[in-house]
Amino acid sequence: MNILNIENITKNYAAHTALDDVSMDIPEKSVFGLLGPNGAGKTSLIRIINQITAPDKGRIIFNGQMLEPKHTEMIGYMPEERGLYKKMEVGEQALYLAQLKGLSRQEATKRLKYWFEKFELQSWWKKKVEELSKGMQQKIQFIVTVIHEPKLLIMDEPFSGFDPINAILIRDEMLELKAKGSTIILSTHRMESVEALCTHIALINKSKKILDGSVKDIRKEFKSDTYEIVYEGLSIGFANALWAGYELHDSKEEDGLMKARVKLLNGNTANDLLGSLLPHVKIHSFVEVIPSMEDIFIMKVSEGETKGNGQTIKQ
Amino acid sequence: MNKIQLIIQREFLTRVKKKTFIIMTIIGPLLMGSIFILPILLANSGDKAVKIEVVDETGVYGKKFPYDSLLQFTVTNRTIDEAKRKFKEEDYFGILLIQQHASTNLPVLTILHGQSQPSMKVMMTVQNTVAGKLEELAGCDPKMLADIKGKLDIKTESIGGEKTNAGVTTGVGYISGIIIYFFIFLYGVQVMTGVIEEKTNRIIEVIISSVKPFQLMMGKIIGISLVGLLQFLLWIILTFGIYFGVSTITSRQKMDRISSESVMKQRMKALQQANGAVVEEDNGSQMAEDITAAIENLPVKLIIGCFLFYFLGGYLLYAALFAAIGSAIDSEADKQQFMFPVSLPLVLSMVVSSSIVLNPNGTTAVFFSLFPLTSPICMMMRLPFGGVPAWQIATSMGLLILGFLAATWLAAKIYRVGILMYGKKVNYREIARWLKY
Repeated sequence: MNILNIENITKNYAAHTALDDVSMDIPEKSVFGLLGPNGAGKTSLIRIINQITAPDKGRIIFNGQMLEPKHTEMIGYMPEERGLYKKMEVGEQALYLAQLKGLSRQEATKRLKYWFEKFELQSWWKKKVEELSKGMQQKIQFIVTVIHEPKLLIMDEPFSGFDPINAILIRDEMLELKAKGSTIILSTHRMESVEALCTHIALINKSKKILDGSVKDIRKEFKSDTYEIVYEGLSIGFANALWAGYELHDSKEEDGLMKARVKLLNGNTANDLLGSLLPHVKIHSFVEVIPSMEDIFIMKVSEGETKGNGQTIKQ
Repeated sequence: MNKIQLIIQREFLTRVKKKTFIIMTIIGPLLMGSIFILPILLANSGDKAVKIEVVDETGVYGKKFPYDSLLQFTVTNRTIDEAKRKFKEEDYFGILLIQQHASTNLPVLTILHGQSQPSMKVMMTVQNTVAGKLEELAGCDPKMLADIKGKLDIKTESIGGEKTNAGVTTGVGYISGIIIYFFIFLYGVQVMTGVIEEKTNRIIEVIISSVKPFQLMMGKIIGISLVGLLQFLLWIILTFGIYFGVSTITSRQKMDRISSESVMKQRMKALQQANGAVVEEDNGSQMAEDITAAIENLPVKLIIGCFLFYFLGGYLLYAALFAAIGSAIDSEADKQQFMFPVSLPLVLSMVVSSSIVLNPNGTTAVFFSLFPLTSPICMMMRLPFGGVPAWQIATSMGLLILGFLAATWLAAKIYRVGILMYGKKVNYREIARWLKY
């Protein structure tokens, strides 16, 4: 079951194309990473999902229905450009934003009380936002994003501007929401910051989707069958142990130990490699080299460039 | 609750709770009062003597007129035509013509004036002097006196011969025009700063993920209009409160100040034994009656109805434009270049208002009172003079509604794109492109 089906979305601005025939499915209860460099089109896509702007072509299915204005109450959105009314009281403001998401005043008050207690903000209810520290403002910002318990939570550059302690706090809250059944879309250009969180990702570059799917599948597809081995012994002995079935990528000394990367060839397995090495060197660690999203991204982009167009691979 | 209602509520409450609102509510009436009262005070305390030539065809009243350092009535033996001919060469403010009414035997008073209309003081002096003489002639029956005074109407004409309306008509036109002008500027600019605030605080995108940009814009415009209406209402209540409060307490001194001292002395002399006090009060209420009568002569219902229409219509039209400007710019610094073209028609309306008052049904007046960007002020200047054809009022109103719809449509398009634009230097070509987004 997908919470969102994005089908052939195209969005043109006067001067450029922000999204070019982008399609992707976002499975329910996933943490979906929307990754790509700045200006790739991530925010444009998110704004279309939030119905802030309309696509020129294509459609979006939300939870099995065509996306409509009423669905905004089931979506929580924390934009990259975020802020609060500085001159307004914290509690009054949170109530206002919660009511705009369709909660009744009583319900909003009840839920806000819970969140304010959780984040230890009770005594700030009557204060103006400008009197709060940046960290507290960030907490409030998060609270008003999730107060209506959205089925779909969209966070654009969620950790930019948050201090590390709040970033962890918010990450944990997001995971808790996910455990309760929400789907989360994380959009960022800093791929390493969300890699560990995501179950699914899509890569966007220059207004085109270049890759999407579950993290597991993508890793499998892009795995290089390369292992990093830290060992004690002579590098010549190590090299001699490897015969035609392996390819030695690099080898260097680090802190008195040797570190080498070896790629498996001809259907050899990790066991075969270990078996060949064991008689010759003392192994300290043996780890599969997993390509980071950034590596994959660079790989895909350069691949696309050599092919001359941004052809996509369907998972 | 409906979302647009929520927005209206927030826009209204946050502004009404502000200290500046309360301060403005108190200062407003004082400020407005001083704008209208100051010129009167200055005119009254002017050091230049007002010289008036008296052409008394009856030969009865002329000698009674006072001659002091400020107000100098000079009785001449010229005919009215001679006086008119000589008027330009001599330094008279105007000519007072006293004629005998054919049937009632009462005097018919006409003041022929040059460039400016006679002040209330001149009118009062003339009326009181004539009334004083009538008392002498008629004996001292105060009831009969009041009756006669009620009939003592002073007509004013400019020397050229065309009839002018007295201060009240022009006053009503100007006051309603100025109120609309200020209201549009004060609250239209608030709409703009409100939009800029949302942009610079970066809250705009949070909100438009819950409501449509159009709802936010209209909510803001309506919310702020309610703030303005409340303030306006409070001003009226306060102004009347202050006016009646002050006038009950100080009516006596006030009357002394307004009517010329010499007249008072003369009248006191004439009425010494009899009921001086009664007449003195009569004198005060007489002025109020004059004003009331003048107001009653105006098409009051039409004026009030139109005032409300143009007041709101003008505000809504300009507020939409101001909202569009607010969305297009990033900082206060860029404000001026976009404010200018929008403020231009407003300022223009005030500039042409003087020619509208001179010729309320001329081509200029008709054009500017039909054109939606100037009609709210210009039509209000024309209406008190009467004689505005119904079709013109209807067309003007229709055009204003169309103008409002067009402005809102345009503003919504600019607003939708503008609020999401950051750090971009915006020019007119850029904005024109947004319309196509």
